[in-house]
Amino acid sequence: MEKRVVFRSAWLPYALLAPQIAITVIFFFWPAGQAVWYSFQLQDAFGLKTQFVGLENFRALFADSHYLASFKITAFFSVLVAGCGISIALLLATMADRVVKGALAYKTLLIWPYAVAPAVAGVLWAFLFAPSIGVVSYVLRKNGVDWNWVLQGDQAMLLVVIASTWKQISYNFLFFLAGLQSIPRSLIEAAAIDGAGPSRRFWTIVFPMLSPTTFFLMVVNIVYAFFDTFGVIDATTQGGPAGATQILVYKAYYDGVKAADLGGSSAQSAILMLIVIALTVIQFRFVERKVQY
Amino acid sequence: MIENRPWLTFLSHAVLILGIAVIAFPLYVTFVASTLTLDEIISVPMPLLPGSHLWENYHQVLTAGTEAGAGAPVGRMMFNSLIMALAIAIGKIAISIIASFAIVYFRFPLKNFFFWMIFITLMLPVEVRIIPTFKVVSDLHMVDTYVGLTLPLIASATATFLFRQFFLTVPDELAEAARIDGAGPLRFFWDVLLPLSKTSIAALFVIQFIYGWNQYLWPLLITTQESMYTAVIGIKRMITSGDALTEWHLVMATAMLAMLPPVAVVVLMQRWFVRGLVETEK
Repeated sequence: MEKRVVFRSAWLPYALLAPQIAITVIFFFWPAGQAVWYSFQLQDAFGLKTQFVGLENFRALFADSHYLASFKITAFFSVLVAGCGISIALLLATMADRVVKGALAYKTLLIWPYAVAPAVAGVLWAFLFAPSIGVVSYVLRKNGVDWNWVLQGDQAMLLVVIASTWKQISYNFLFFLAGLQSIPRSLIEAAAIDGAGPSRRFWTIVFPMLSPTTFFLMVVNIVYAFFDTFGVIDATTQGGPAGATQILVYKAYYDGVKAADLGGSSAQSAILMLIVIALTVIQFRFVERKVQY
Repeated sequence: MIENRPWLTFLSHAVLILGIAVIAFPLYVTFVASTLTLDEIISVPMPLLPGSHLWENYHQVLTAGTEAGAGAPVGRMMFNSLIMALAIAIGKIAISIIASFAIVYFRFPLKNFFFWMIFITLMLPVEVRIIPTFKVVSDLHMVDTYVGLTLPLIASATATFLFRQFFLTVPDELAEAARIDGAGPLRFFWDVLLPLSKTSIAALFVIQFIYGWNQYLWPLLITTQESMYTAVIGIKRMITSGDALTEWHLVMATAMLAMLPPVAVVVLMQRWFVRGLVETEK
């Protein structure tokens, strides 16, 4: 889209763009380029010499069972976070769309977790579930559950899924509520007159009408689970126990910062970039198609 | 309301209240823990009613910090977080509003090239290029500075897109009228476009403030001195390994303080928050 009326100046547009372009080049293109460049390099243990090794880092990565396991963990984790977050938010939004009394109060009380930092969300839930002092662990132990996420991988996974979902529910809720409110009342009224009950109306009219929102939220939630949950994981399990919650971003960070494996970590960053680009392309293609029912 | 079904209305309220209770539960326990002493917390199960040490705990973290873990006062960390959140929010808005003005209101060579250059940054979150970005910043000697903390995060395309979308909806007649009246581009920007963008700016500010305040990975790498920690990093550093060694009453007081500003912004500026959220994602 173009404006019909434009201003003319030989230098002004460049001057206006300069700050953003400068920051983008210095903090975006330069490091991203370096990530790709390092991913073809092998550095010795002291960081003194580097050597061009082509695709060796990538080959080593895909031969590494830990890396492949991390892929699986990430897929499992993001499907759980997206699935739980979307279904709970849809339930709450449908209910909130129905009520008349207290609608604003409900909305306010449901959206605040959005403002909580992922790392803080992790700390709150880790405290509730802390093996020795947590309130919830106490109840679980009373009921005969052997609860200790510090030692048991599946419990650690459950903890990070709960904390990540909790933080994302308010975001999904707001989008579903906006989606629900944009559905024309006349459609639902017509169905009601034809004798369709509330659950029938939901599954045959409301849910299909919401499918663009649902799809959009699915992509956003998967991106969230891939990257933004770094804080949750670092503040709680740190990828443990024994790598049970080590998602790809966490592994790239760990290998690069803690294990000082620059080449391997950069190769992982390069793969992550490809994944994000793929997700973005998928998102844009579907957003362009708009409606899929 | 389509029809009157009392049991369904009752169910809706019940589900919502249950949902709110579950969602608020961690916050409530955090608040309670922040008013207790460490001994009360580690005596399992901890009491679920607020204790009497609220003032003591908050006063200690704000002025002195914890004894184990990070020793910097949380007051200082909150100040760092505030600087970071404000710098990111204002910086992003400032550079992107002029960039989108240039893209929408001028025709010039390489316009599309620059447009795509900014566009592509939408795709890569800071997490995936973290180590090389850190190297660049440390080569520029910006570790442990506010500039190093904020500047790399200002490079993002979301705000530019939001303003571009908004400018495209501004009627052409306004620019025409301004030109006929002899106003130059900068005058038009300042007197016409900027006042029209007020709501978009407010909405974006809320979103970016929260984004900046809640940053985690970047400050974790870039701050090495305790005096540069942000509140979110401070909490992480206060947790030592082992449940009993951590001074949970102080950690929880810090967590309450770290949550307070962004939650207050969301609740008080709800209208702009919702708008900003929905618009930045379009």
